[in-house]
Amino acid sequence: MINFWRSLRFTIVFAVLLGLVYPLVITGIGNVLFPSQAKGSMISFHGQVVGSKLIAQETNVPWLFHPRPSAVNYAGNGSGGSNLGPTNPALIAEIKKNLQTVEQQNPGTPVSRIPTEMVESSASGLDPDISIPDALIQLPRVARASGLGQAYLRALIARDTKGRILGIWGEPMVNVMQLNMTIVKQTGK
Amino acid sequence: MTVVGSIGILVIIAIILIVGIPLGGYLYRVFIGSRSFFEPVFDPTERVLYKLVGVNPSVQMDWKAYLRALMLVNFMMMIFVYFVFRLQGILPFNPDHIPGMSWDLAFNTAASFITNTNWQNYAGGHSMSYLGQMLAITYLQFTSAATGFVAAIAFVRGLIANKSDTIGNFWVDLIKIHTRVLLPFATIFALVLIGMGVPQTLLGAQVVHTLQGSTQTISRGPVASLEAIKQLGTNGGGFFNANSAHPFEDPTALTSVLEMVAMGVIPTALIATFGRFIANRRQATVLYVLLTAILIIGAFVVYANEAAGNPLVHQALGISGPNMEGKEWRFGPALSSAFVAMTTAFTTGAVSSMHDSLMPLSGLVPLLFMMFNVIFGGKGVGLLNILMFLMITVFLSGLMVGRTPEIFGKKIEAREIKLATTAMLVHPFIILVPTAIALITKAGTSAILNPGLHGFTEVLYAFTSAAANNGSAFAGLSANTVFYNVTLGIVMLLGRYISIIAMFAIAGSLAKKSVIPESVGTLRTDTFAFGSVFVAVFVIVGALTFFPALAIGPIGEQFQMLSHLSGH
Repeated sequence: MINFWRSLRFTIVFAVLLGLVYPLVITGIGNVLFPSQAKGSMISFHGQVVGSKLIAQETNVPWLFHPRPSAVNYAGNGSGGSNLGPTNPALIAEIKKNLQTVEQQNPGTPVSRIPTEMVESSASGLDPDISIPDALIQLPRVARASGLGQAYLRALIARDTKGRILGIWGEPMVNVMQLNMTIVKQTGK
Repeated sequence: MTVVGSIGILVIIAIILIVGIPLGGYLYRVFIGSRSFFEPVFDPTERVLYKLVGVNPSVQMDWKAYLRALMLVNFMMMIFVYFVFRLQGILPFNPDHIPGMSWDLAFNTAASFITNTNWQNYAGGHSMSYLGQMLAITYLQFTSAATGFVAAIAFVRGLIANKSDTIGNFWVDLIKIHTRVLLPFATIFALVLIGMGVPQTLLGAQVVHTLQGSTQTISRGPVASLEAIKQLGTNGGGFFNANSAHPFEDPTALTSVLEMVAMGVIPTALIATFGRFIANRRQATVLYVLLTAILIIGAFVVYANEAAGNPLVHQALGISGPNMEGKEWRFGPALSSAFVAMTTAFTTGAVSSMHDSLMPLSGLVPLLFMMFNVIFGGKGVGLLNILMFLMITVFLSGLMVGRTPEIFGKKIEAREIKLATTAMLVHPFIILVPTAIALITKAGTSAILNPGLHGFTEVLYAFTSAAANNGSAFAGLSANTVFYNVTLGIVMLLGRYISIIAMFAIAGSLAKKSVIPESVGTLRTDTFAFGSVFVAVFVIVGALTFFPALAIGPIGEQFQMLSHLSGH
């Protein structure tokens, strides 16, 4: 019986300590030290929140860069991948559809140059980054539609490119939201 | 496969060992009651907690009392979170108005988190309130890790005791692991994660007006405080549906590396702790070398298959490159592959890529690691499984060379071997039997997403993950049904507690025995020759019991893929 009461007391004391005090203290300190990150790295433009730097949003207009395909249609409140297995015919069909979209939007791109990450769905459905080959394939289209020159956009991609961490971890990439914010500011669209 | 990617994987494993081994010394000092540099903080805090819980820290418990307290408090916490899940709809901290869970989902989730499995049949971001994420999920991510941890420590105490009845005080151990290890580490890690982009807020979802004029609702919440203990406690249950693939849980390649290190250091450290307890560093070294080698092989099998890409896609569409379906670009193939191997080796179950979309032979690696359940393994229970297999190896070797089997100076007799064998056989039994039941019932098969052999692997993976208390998934399986909620919930509970009970019984009987001094006749367990037999034993046991299932699943799928390619 003494163990029963002790268990009950442990359950409650530690629920309060670990389930309330700890997360709330972290929330307090976190918001003081890193106010922007703690709220989700939101980006504002003309006084309105237009997105998060870390969360891909749907862009299918030609003057903006497009993120990787999303199995959840860029639902910021419902992340996930396609979960299609490697031998599932539905996987081939899905990639084929994405491939056709890329070819249609960026005419003249040879299929063999299209990287897999550009036509295969991300794990979260919210992958905010694209590879450099992906960005370069989109570059002529964005240049034409936005009126910003190819040279300007090339320099923009180069400026925003992030390399591997310590040269060994991750892949060279560029954040789509960061690119698109500059385009929106430049064109005033 | 690239050189850079390969170096990246090896450096992570090196960091885990470099941090883990000294940490093992620290853990040893915590559990023998040494004073720490932070004693002026720890000691008064602990005394307050002893008082609040009603613990007399000077009492020593025998194995039965220790186990009873462990089981009782686990049961109590499980009931507590069950009601949090049921009632979250009407409780505070629920800005997104998320309703309470059904009974079966609440049972599954409570069983999942109390057993350190963290299998999730609910979708993180939009069916768990902030209160549920904090007061149920984050809470149990601490206590379930602590429970496994103290179970291992108690067992080791039994192993080294000389004609003794007691193996420590459960409450003292449980409280100390929080105050001296988990809570300080998690606090630092959570703040680091926030700085690197992981949100920590009580504000509800943010509705944004996107650049092309539509709207997007972005879920967020107290993520970092959960993420830190999710990794450190080898829990793995994410805040969001996509787990560590979600940019809010794992925003950069560097956070992914830190998350891998966080899940690896404590299971790795425990081997060194064990070495210190038995005063035999060679034993720890042998285990480190062999287990690290297997971990590296696993990681590279995944990496090789993922980097080579999907030949069916290449054949049908003419594009080539790594398999990026279900992966995030910031991690790329190398870090994603390393994560797959580590999350199943350390029985964490967090995922930074979708395992269901892995190539067939890549998917084989996490399955095998969960079937072995000893490649360092989860918090504490990994060490327990290693010790169980060491005992079985000693027994088998003893039979082969005709000596009385003994381990670390203790005679292994019929009672210990019966118990160890029970613990060992439970694992395949609770994987294969429920898998078979699921496959012959409509309730089981209707949840499968992918056709053919891959669909079979989804079910096999689910029960393997539940039994190994891992929690990762071939997530195409729609397992939020009464059938899967109940069966997986029961498998998780059996997978956790049967082996803990059996191992405690062994600890109790070993503690009573006297230590036999080592002689020339003693079979040494700290040699690589013995270590190789140990590996052979768990590989053969794993292979023999699981091979038919693996042949139907990932191996069969690989052959199907190859035949499809050559058919053209």
